[in-house]
Amino acid sequence: MDNYEALVHRVFGGKQPDVKDPRVLAWLIRRNGLEMSHLSRGSHIGSVFSVAEIIAVLYTRILRVDPKNPAWPDRDRLILSKGHAGSAVYAALAETGFFPVEQLKTHYANGSILSGHVSHKGVPGVEVSTGSLGHGLGIGAGMALGARMDGAPWRTYVVMGDGECDEGSVWESALQAAQYGLDRLTAIVDYNHMQSLTTVEKTLKLEPFEDKWRDFGWTVQSVNGHDPYALEAALKKAQAAEGTGKPQMILAHTVKGKGVSFMENNILWHYRTPQGEEYEAALKELEAQRP
Amino acid sequence: MRDAFVKILLEEMAGNDRIVLITGDLGFGVLRPVWERFPKQIMNAGIAEQGMVSMAAGLAATGRTVLVYSIGNFPSLRPLEQIRNDCAYHGADVKIVCVGGGFVYGSLGMSHHATEDLSILRALPGVRCFAPGDPAEAELVTREAIRTRGTCYLRLGRGNEPQVHESVPAGWKAPDSLTLRQGKDVALLSTGGILTQTTDAARRLAEKGISAEVVSFPCLKPLDEKKVRELLNRFRCIVTVEENTIVGGFGSAVCEIAAETGSGCRVKRIGLQDTYSTVVGSQQYLREIYGMDGAAVAEKAEGLIHEQGTDAG
Repeated sequence: MDNYEALVHRVFGGKQPDVKDPRVLAWLIRRNGLEMSHLSRGSHIGSVFSVAEIIAVLYTRILRVDPKNPAWPDRDRLILSKGHAGSAVYAALAETGFFPVEQLKTHYANGSILSGHVSHKGVPGVEVSTGSLGHGLGIGAGMALGARMDGAPWRTYVVMGDGECDEGSVWESALQAAQYGLDRLTAIVDYNHMQSLTTVEKTLKLEPFEDKWRDFGWTVQSVNGHDPYALEAALKKAQAAEGTGKPQMILAHTVKGKGVSFMENNILWHYRTPQGEEYEAALKELEAQRP
Repeated sequence: MRDAFVKILLEEMAGNDRIVLITGDLGFGVLRPVWERFPKQIMNAGIAEQGMVSMAAGLAATGRTVLVYSIGNFPSLRPLEQIRNDCAYHGADVKIVCVGGGFVYGSLGMSHHATEDLSILRALPGVRCFAPGDPAEAELVTREAIRTRGTCYLRLGRGNEPQVHESVPAGWKAPDSLTLRQGKDVALLSTGGILTQTTDAARRLAEKGISAEVVSFPCLKPLDEKKVRELLNRFRCIVTVEENTIVGGFGSAVCEIAAETGSGCRVKRIGLQDTYSTVVGSQQYLREIYGMDGAAVAEKAEGLIHEQGTDAG
């Protein structure tokens, strides 16, 4: 493909999309996610679509990061613990200027640094490589602890999956973050109620999920994970929790595959890659939704 | 070795407040001086080793040298993937410290026998592995581990081991091996706390008129390959000794070089023979049962010499 960027931006009619608008960035995450999954025949598009607003709001409204200086010492840290939705973060980084949008077409390809699960090696803006679930919250806790020891101004954010919370290590880290009173650590669970084989409820029940986190010593908010304003308000409220001595959890209620009707709440799209008529139909739906 | 480790740790912490130790709820008496002198540089992560190692990686990402402390397999095998993904892949400055390598906790049972850790940790790219042979070597490798950036594994013995070296060897640098005794008939290569048995074997062989060279390798990875090649050239018989499975550990590392060198030297690996212990007992008792005490090492070395048909006199 010669001009990937022109293709994914074509509905903007030659104008630069306003990537400071969380709705626009969420749309671009989905549009790039569709194209990357289509080109690479890669999986996890459903997860990328469910986490789109969460990532978009973080990059447009919350994270203090500088695409011109990705290693800025005082930057906020974001860890995508559900690394399989890595193309959402790659898309957000590329669209906000960390690296060329054109590079996204190499996702999954031979010799590419854009691995299926998010990787920090050679990718500006990615703090930590993940892919095996249940690692990110612990790393985030360590970062938040180090920042507090230094009196540093930056915050730590960890985006997790709901299925990921099957991992025992998540709950080890939940206890540790609460024990150390890491109130500048915020975790967001992309609560789409679906995991690899079936629903969360039919696999390992997480409900009462809010109570679990609260009982583990966290402050919990539940929000609509596709509403940018609700997400922003919850994240700002979490920032204001400094001094409470409690780590902050946001349970973001989402829909797996959100944005393409035939992908929504369909477990098939955890793995399936959009090709042929399905790709065309998904593209049509997405382009019709352009904010 | 525990005390040598703590001694060096305290010295290093005194000059550097970026050094932090996280314990997995162990080291009650051993770590007390650290709690007393540097309370801001030590913390207890609870009995949650996976979270502990991930947290160490995150803490290291804020520009700290982080030591993770526990016993037996708890800091290594339990959070193995966290060591691989979160520490080694990110080049995190995290030191995994195991007290109780091999059969130190012999009476506590198989769960507490760290007998595959060297093989497994050695296989991880980016993880240096240290197994000191006595308190003097423990001092050397602890300082080396703390001062050199990156992820490493430090396998210590217990407390109150005899010192094998007369004093702490001067001028040591990683990954140097340390020759304790010169010989001409057989070379006994040793890693970790079983060094006492290796030197005991050399004495027993000497009584029979067999001259054994004893070389300790406190650094398993990277290995002092130059020394191994030199020994392969100089001897027709080499015996490796480790309180660890013979699969994939120190003996295997020596054999890898031997096979590629093609020197004609034969290598006999002494260690746990691809099994778990099913009886309990003191460390020395289990060494005897599983054929890695001084007498067994001497006997196997002698057997190898006869098989090779060298002049043992």
